[in-house]
Amino acid sequence: MLPKELKERLQKQIEENEHPREEVVNVMYAVQNHYGYMSDEALCESASLLGLTPLELEELATFYDFIYREPVGRFVIHACDGAVCWMFGEVSVVDYLCRKLNINMGGTSKDGLFTVLPSVCIGYCDYAPAMLINGEFYGHLTPARIDDILEKLRIEHCTLVPDR
Amino acid sequence: MGELVLLKNYRPDRPATIDEYRRSGGYEALTKAVLTLKPNEVVKQVKDSGLRGRGGAGFPTGIKWSGVPETAPFPRYVVPNTDEMEPGTFKDRVLVNADPHLVIEGIVLAAYAISAQRGIFFVRPSYEMDAELIERELEVARNAGYLGDRILGSEFSFDITVHRSAGRYICGEATAQINAIQGKRPHPVKGGPHMTEEGLWKRPTLVNNVETLSCVPYILRHGPDCFKGLAKSEKGAGTKLYTVSGKVCRPGCYEMPMGTPLSEIIEGPAGGMLPGAEFKACLPGGASTGFMSKEFYHTQMDFDPLKKAGQRLGTGAIIVFDRDTCLVGVTLNLIQFFVRESCGFCTPCREGLPFVLDLLQRIENGEGEESFIPMLREMASFMDHAYCAFAPGAAASVHHLLKYFMDEVQEHISRKQCPFKSGGPSVEKREE
Ligand code: SF4
Repeated sequence: MLPKELKERLQKQIEENEHPREEVVNVMYAVQNHYGYMSDEALCESASLLGLTPLELEELATFYDFIYREPVGRFVIHACDGAVCWMFGEVSVVDYLCRKLNINMGGTSKDGLFTVLPSVCIGYCDYAPAMLINGEFYGHLTPARIDDILEKLRIEHCTLVPDR
Repeated sequence: MGELVLLKNYRPDRPATIDEYRRSGGYEALTKAVLTLKPNEVVKQVKDSGLRGRGGAGFPTGIKWSGVPETAPFPRYVVPNTDEMEPGTFKDRVLVNADPHLVIEGIVLAAYAISAQRGIFFVRPSYEMDAELIERELEVARNAGYLGDRILGSEFSFDITVHRSAGRYICGEATAQINAIQGKRPHPVKGGPHMTEEGLWKRPTLVNNVETLSCVPYILRHGPDCFKGLAKSEKGAGTKLYTVSGKVCRPGCYEMPMGTPLSEIIEGPAGGMLPGAEFKACLPGGASTGFMSKEFYHTQMDFDPLKKAGQRLGTGAIIVFDRDTCLVGVTLNLIQFFVRESCGFCTPCREGLPFVLDLLQRIENGEGEESFIPMLREMASFMDHAYCAFAPGAAASVHHLLKYFMDEVQEHISRKQCPFKSGGPSVEKREE
């Protein structure tokens, strides 16, 4: 169940918009943030907030790249595999990440920290190859730099959650 | 480099503030427009300036604006579009980050021209930082009286909100974007009334790329002729943001006169080819344009000269490939992108593109046969029967690969492997 506060905030947001359906993506983002991904429960709650059927919302949730219908890791990596990044990835970034984390595309690393998703061009072609991690951009990637970034995030996460 | 219209306040480290923008003449056009010009006079100046849409289609902006009938119902909407998700394209990100108030002024002027009440700034998820920047600067503009109720003391009221997308390429298509904002599945919509008559919530709606809108303040300050005179090409108008990526020394976004020859862009601001790299081809305007081979190296980068050469300017996103890059591989990558991003609504696109992908994959893997070539050609032509412009755009690279780089395709087939993965293409080809 969504916490009362969040629910009321979203209800207000929806009511204040002249066209409540305009809030669909905002609501999905907020609810997804709460649950970590768009679980079935999250989907049904979002739909009822918006006055839509779960099926209507499912149509949208499964269409968009940044709504995750399956559990994801603490860090979601959108690795660009657009033409420019591809051209600069001796081994493409996507392949490297998957091998490094020992997962298949779309999978989550065993420690639950990283999920790798392929992404359409992320708009940083002048820094190719590039990727986004939780929405933050990293460019000019090399295998060594990727290793450093993953390690840094791992350490940061461990300091935040010491007993993990 | 000529006069700058869009990036004159560009700083490498931060966006220009409202004061810096004002010091460079910013918001003068808006002040003049809302206090002294009628909306149709603004439309006329934009029409006279010859400005054409920078989002890809190149439709004359003034004509689009005059598509909103004076008697049309209210509220009316302006939807500035920064949903660039096409490989190679990042000009709008650079523009918004260079001079956010230029973008805002352009939007408000468009709104004034069609008497709109509400603007909805559509931003893709990977530009979340930019969405936050825009929201912050919108508030600054509001407090300064350029946005909101009774702008600059006039009768005109207009406000802008930011609409966050959850990310799909097809949302960049105007009609799909309208569906996305309305909380529907973002499919394109064909036929029916024009959006300038019946768009968002069935009200008149203008969907314009932000680069297009950002040209408007200049036009109103300096006059349509001055804007026209900035271009290098005969019928061109204004300047253009060219984003250069790929095998060049200085990839980036550069403002040049519309119609600057490709060679001048690559060898000028983009710093030439990377050491040791030799130009083979480029995509002139992002992933939905076709390969431009060396024979077009001096072509002017403007709508008409490129059309004459059988090419398209698209968004002006130039992706440069060198001799050592396999163009079958590039095409394969592009088609993969389009297969994944197809909205799946119509059959030619949904079923046809994966077929093309499979043929290309087999050629690249060394399992290709001569008979695949006519099949590829035929499948690519079928895309003309798709519901929206997405599929013909996807087919462009295939058509051009077969037209200009057939030797590369054939070498994959005859050698039964990718020549670039096995010691490079044959010696004769390299010396050509
Ligand atoms: S061409 Fe592709 S993107 Fe366009 S409507 Fe058909 S399936 Fe959708």
